[in-house]
Amino acid sequence: MSNIQQFQYDNKIVRAFGMASFAFGIFGMLIGIIMAFQLVYPSWNIEPWFTFGRMRPLHTNSVIFAFVGNGIFTGVYYSLQRLLKARMWSDKLSWIHFWGWQIVILCAAVSLPLGLTSSGEYAELIWPIDVLITVVWVIFGVNMFGTILKRREHHLYVAIWFYIATWVTVAVLHIVRSMEIPVSLTESYPIFSGVQDALVQWWYGHNAVAFFLTTPYLGLMYYFLPKAANRPVFSYKLSIIHFWALIFIYIWAGPHHLLYSSLPDWVQSLGTVFSIMLIAPSWGGMLNGLLTLRGAWDRVRQDPVLKFMVVAITAYGMATFEGPMLSIKSVNAISHFTDWTIAHVHVGALGWNGFLTFGVLYWLWPQMYRTTLYSTKMANTHFWLGTLGIIVYAVPLYWAGWTQALMWKEFTPEGTLAWGNFLDTVTQIIPMYLMRAVGGTLFFVGVLLGVYNLYKTAKKGTFIANEAAEAPAREQHVKAPGEHWHRWIEGRPMQMLLWSTVLIAIGGIVQIVPMVFIESQVPKISTVQPYTPLELTGRDIYIREGCVGCHSQMIRPFRDETERYGEYSKSGEYIYDRPFLWGSKRTGPDLWRIGGKYPDSWHFNHMMDPTSMSPGSIMPAYANLLDQPLDLSDLPAKINALRKLNTPYPRNFENEAISNARTQAKQVAEKLASEGVKDANLETKEIVAIIAYLQRLGTDIKK
Amino acid sequence: MQIMLFLILVSLTVAAGFLIAFLFASRNGQFDDDCTPAIRMLFDNTIREENKQDDDTNPSL
Repeated sequence: MSNIQQFQYDNKIVRAFGMASFAFGIFGMLIGIIMAFQLVYPSWNIEPWFTFGRMRPLHTNSVIFAFVGNGIFTGVYYSLQRLLKARMWSDKLSWIHFWGWQIVILCAAVSLPLGLTSSGEYAELIWPIDVLITVVWVIFGVNMFGTILKRREHHLYVAIWFYIATWVTVAVLHIVRSMEIPVSLTESYPIFSGVQDALVQWWYGHNAVAFFLTTPYLGLMYYFLPKAANRPVFSYKLSIIHFWALIFIYIWAGPHHLLYSSLPDWVQSLGTVFSIMLIAPSWGGMLNGLLTLRGAWDRVRQDPVLKFMVVAITAYGMATFEGPMLSIKSVNAISHFTDWTIAHVHVGALGWNGFLTFGVLYWLWPQMYRTTLYSTKMANTHFWLGTLGIIVYAVPLYWAGWTQALMWKEFTPEGTLAWGNFLDTVTQIIPMYLMRAVGGTLFFVGVLLGVYNLYKTAKKGTFIANEAAEAPAREQHVKAPGEHWHRWIEGRPMQMLLWSTVLIAIGGIVQIVPMVFIESQVPKISTVQPYTPLELTGRDIYIREGCVGCHSQMIRPFRDETERYGEYSKSGEYIYDRPFLWGSKRTGPDLWRIGGKYPDSWHFNHMMDPTSMSPGSIMPAYANLLDQPLDLSDLPAKINALRKLNTPYPRNFENEAISNARTQAKQVAEKLASEGVKDANLETKEIVAIIAYLQRLGTDIKK
Repeated sequence: MQIMLFLILVSLTVAAGFLIAFLFASRNGQFDDDCTPAIRMLFDNTIREENKQDDDTNPSL
């Protein structure tokens, strides 16, 4: 072969991402364990920063974007270079990408405990961080596509297709989900409201699972499993079919998160149909992975790397069987809002993402340090602790989900709810919560062993920062005379993809801008009015404290729910809800019809100490709301922003907003006083705003 | 519910982008060979001081 070129693979960036993945994995999992114990021992909630509500987004963000995110980059930076026979396009961009991503994570780690959140699940980060994410993601894309362009290998191995789809789709998702109007540096309102915001959220949310937790990891599976097993993938043809089928179907599955909600029926059905179809490519991929090991299962017995990978792929298979099943409406009627969902996502996160990451890192470290793993025994111990941890985590939560759903739906022969007090259905499953916390701890101990093992492995080897390699140069396509211009672009799939992304972005902007000014087509209910300034402030406190993590605001049209909570939810009731707060889990009861159900003083005492009103409650106390001064200074900006989004506040209302809020605050304080709450100056505290908001919830249609 | 129209359009655009990518990749010959890429990826072409390790030169097929 002529024209052999010599070059070096960059291992340093791979190591950096790998260490970050492990470090943030430990952080995120530790937060998860603390939260698991908070559900059993509410005293573990430390007001105001470390309550369950604020910790939940910290846990999900650090595990998804920090642990798995850095895991993706570790694997991509290692495999991309080798598959393309080229060093990364720019070392400088690699490091800007690395540090940029870690800064995003640190910003999240600071802002979320401070209560700075825009509330959409897995999209909680405030808008300046959203902008930073966009910049870092583009830098990653430029570096990846640059490397693809200067590759020495003409064929793009299937893993690279998964990486490309990941990059393109995550970019589109992130931009659409982050469309919001800033009010201040830390606050913003989403462009769409209520049911429309909900649809955007789960279109984003489900595809985040698909294109952040799944497709990049499938790419890693297609690279690292054959490498670790030292044998080609079972069927390369199947891997190509798997890829294209998966990405075409995935993007339509989002509405399965909103079954039986106020979303139009046909959209729900669309989501269900596509979700069920997804089992075909998902299982095709899983089988392709497992069958790669045909004839080599004896090695799985000895090699911890393969053990981790096999369990990871099995967990992927279980999660992708369960996903379509949970998307069937009658199953969803039972599972939704319960811990079944939590168990489902943790089989995916701990099993699929966690175990594949560990497998990859256990394989990579000895490779990059030119040595063998420090202790196979320790890695095996990690494996078993992790596997047991997943089982001890998931099984009790499946049990808890079923138990709670059945209790919610149980009626007495007389036709009343058998468990009319929601709290009874919570205290029933606390033992399962405790077991889950134990399972999580087992998994966590395994991870610590893994860190130690890799540290010792690094100690005993020598790090190859730049790995020398050689490959022939790629032949460039030369335009023949008279050749159709199409040939040029055909030889350049990467430019093609970049340009189509730009086109998507332009198309998106063209469509979204006029729509902002169009009257919403959601059926209106004449009595539904915008929130008053004080209620709006209370709502933002509700968002800040992450109440949505445990309380839904969406009553499904089931007899048990209308019996327990009241009239089922209508889409027209939510047109002023920015962001929507339907929630996805009921650790506490639904709150959509809470307005007027209890006196103001009940809420006051309940916030101060939930067990005073509901003995045995596991809700954290929010006593600091009783002391925290009510900050109304942002109200004019908020009113202006909402009016821009078609909320019909009267002209000049922004100038009266603060005095309007003060008047209402005084009324709430007086009502509290008349009900026997003797604290002084209550009208200047946050508690009156949250009470005003809660008392308003779901009351408009009763007018 | 203009959001559904919007999301469907965005999703269709993404899908169309993937379709175009697929067609071009397919015509570009990316999928002509569905056998050797799986084997070739096992070789890293790295240069080592000592003799190359077994696993780089002799994948068990």
